[in-house]
Amino acid sequence: MNIHEYQARELFQKFGVASPLGKAASTPEEAATIVKELGAAQIVVKAQIHAGGRGKGTFSNGFKGGVHVCHTADEARHLAEQMLGHALITNQTGPDGRQVNKLLVAEAVDISRELYFAILFDRTICAPMIIASTEGGMDIEAVAEHSPEKIIRIPVDPLLGLQPYQTRKIAAALDLRGSLMTQATKLFLAIYRCFIESDCTLVEVNPLVVTPDGRLLALDAKFNFDDNALYRQSAVLAMRDKAEEDPREVAASEFNLNYIGLDGNIACLVNGAGLAMATMDIIQHCGGRPANFLDVGGGATKEQVSAAFQIILGDQAVKGIMVNIFGGIMDCDVIAHGIVDAARETALQIPLVVRLEGNNVDAGKKTLAASGLALQSASSMQDAAEKIVAAVHAA
Amino acid sequence: MSILVTSQTRVLIQGITGSFGARHAQLSLDYGSQIVAGVTPGKGGKFFEHGAHKVPIFDTVEEAAHQTGATVSTVFVPPPFAADAILECVDADLDLVVAITEGIPINDMIRVKQKMQGSATRLIGPNCPGIVTPGEGEHSHGGCRIGIAPGYIHKRGNVGVVSRSGTLTYEAVWQLTSRGYGQSTCVGIGGDPVNGTSHLDVLRLFNEDPETEAIILIGEIGGSAEEEAAQWAAEHCKKPIAGFIAGTTAPPGRRMGHAGAIVSGGKGTAEGKIAAMKAAGIAVAETPSVMAETLLRHWGKL
Repeated sequence: MNIHEYQARELFQKFGVASPLGKAASTPEEAATIVKELGAAQIVVKAQIHAGGRGKGTFSNGFKGGVHVCHTADEARHLAEQMLGHALITNQTGPDGRQVNKLLVAEAVDISRELYFAILFDRTICAPMIIASTEGGMDIEAVAEHSPEKIIRIPVDPLLGLQPYQTRKIAAALDLRGSLMTQATKLFLAIYRCFIESDCTLVEVNPLVVTPDGRLLALDAKFNFDDNALYRQSAVLAMRDKAEEDPREVAASEFNLNYIGLDGNIACLVNGAGLAMATMDIIQHCGGRPANFLDVGGGATKEQVSAAFQIILGDQAVKGIMVNIFGGIMDCDVIAHGIVDAARETALQIPLVVRLEGNNVDAGKKTLAASGLALQSASSMQDAAEKIVAAVHAA
Repeated sequence: MSILVTSQTRVLIQGITGSFGARHAQLSLDYGSQIVAGVTPGKGGKFFEHGAHKVPIFDTVEEAAHQTGATVSTVFVPPPFAADAILECVDADLDLVVAITEGIPINDMIRVKQKMQGSATRLIGPNCPGIVTPGEGEHSHGGCRIGIAPGYIHKRGNVGVVSRSGTLTYEAVWQLTSRGYGQSTCVGIGGDPVNGTSHLDVLRLFNEDPETEAIILIGEIGGSAEEEAAQWAAEHCKKPIAGFIAGTTAPPGRRMGHAGAIVSGGKGTAEGKIAAMKAAGIAVAETPSVMAETLLRHWGKL
């Protein structure tokens, strides 16, 4: 799950992480009001969409740039009029762009130094890891590759949490001295508390800036959250913006289906995540292109199979479907009935290849054969992949 | 011998009165496994009844283990309570805890993992199908089935199977059984980024187990557990290994169903894992359809 920049600022404010003052505006009038409240000399107005490349993007009305600096309430109102309600097209949004419904209106700060600070869940050590660098404002992967000595890594004991001495060690390495060291300790501990208490897997502050008047501020932040913990993070879950997500994936999540859209033309419907990945792989191995990842789970119901078909067929690029079920515990005949019903309900017109294996498989195969549907049965995964690729190529 | 569990292993189930736990307790009893106790706080003194079986339920793991001699637990407890359920097994000094639960928060698991360091209890999972040591009976009846795998697809034999994925494990097991080759033990280590027992840990056990003659190792994108196992195998493993890695076509940055199945920052790719396995002398199956066939060739049986 991703969140907007203004939501990241709100989260930081909640945990006392120092960042530039600002608020979200949904109307030009709100934008003007926020500027008056801030009373800052310089203001930045930023379009709120999840995609990157906003500064260099273009709006559907021809207006250039999703990020602007201004000085007065009138200027902010005028900018907002040209940005709100229009789609912003960037190098990451695709040709249709994303509709801008909110703007972040914030004080624009002068910068004397740009640093990098992140906390992430490190899989290798199974603990949180702090990553910091004097090289802020740029791609950290590139820094890691070209100047690895400029990257500091400090693992955190998950039972103890981040300790103040560790924050001083990081501050010293970033050459944050005097009052900046005190500010750094407070800021790093606040970010750590935010990371743990919000069940994040990543909080990346890039850049962390020092201003000419000696303030240490988190200027821009990226958050990733642990999906498994969302049940206890209602405040985080409330920040979800479904308009920013693939509508097929939103529909699938409502039926507890695990769906990820890809750009191929052979759809697949599988039980189990590992088998679903392997099914995509074998389609490609046999010369086809998978259109999706779809795991219907261990105990798929007839309703889920039906919903899965609807979602698959909602993708206009799909020219064929491969169903791959290893019914260990679940009854293959129940699945077979689900497939037949779904194919009828959707008046299926494209090739369908079904590979069933496992519990009560013979009855399942009989159900498929007796259905009168123009589907092909397969004896193995390989056989199924070969058949669907051939059928799609022939069509 | 087998690894981790034998047909004599005495097993308790935490969450035996929940619908998921109850269903699989019944299937394990039908398979002939020694399910000797259930644990559901507040239901101590009652019984879990299934056919002729009458399994006592206890309030705590400690009481269950003490009174029934159970040494292994299966966790079917919902995600918010699962980390606590695992720690309860550590406190009760069990040998093994197998966590089936999917969806435990990472923060909970990293604390559990830290707490378990140096303890005598081993954790398998979470988010795993469990362990099966097949029995001698018809359709491998009489073995030890812990978790949610279909028992009947197994056959007693000499191939060890270890995997992060449930259905790919069943696929490999079924391919072996259909060709007349049985399994010593099949271990699903789970699809989460923080788990208790790694591919490498299981390889070590198979390597030392006299009954295991060959190994199938199934992995997927994300993390570096497969690479570490391959590197160890190159130097230490005396037995033929066939491998398969799922996720060659997975887009970077997306979680493919399993919480741990994600390629991030160019790390954890299928290509990298396949290359590491090949470099270690592991025979890598081109497709999931030929996992057993690849092993049998490598093992000199075909």
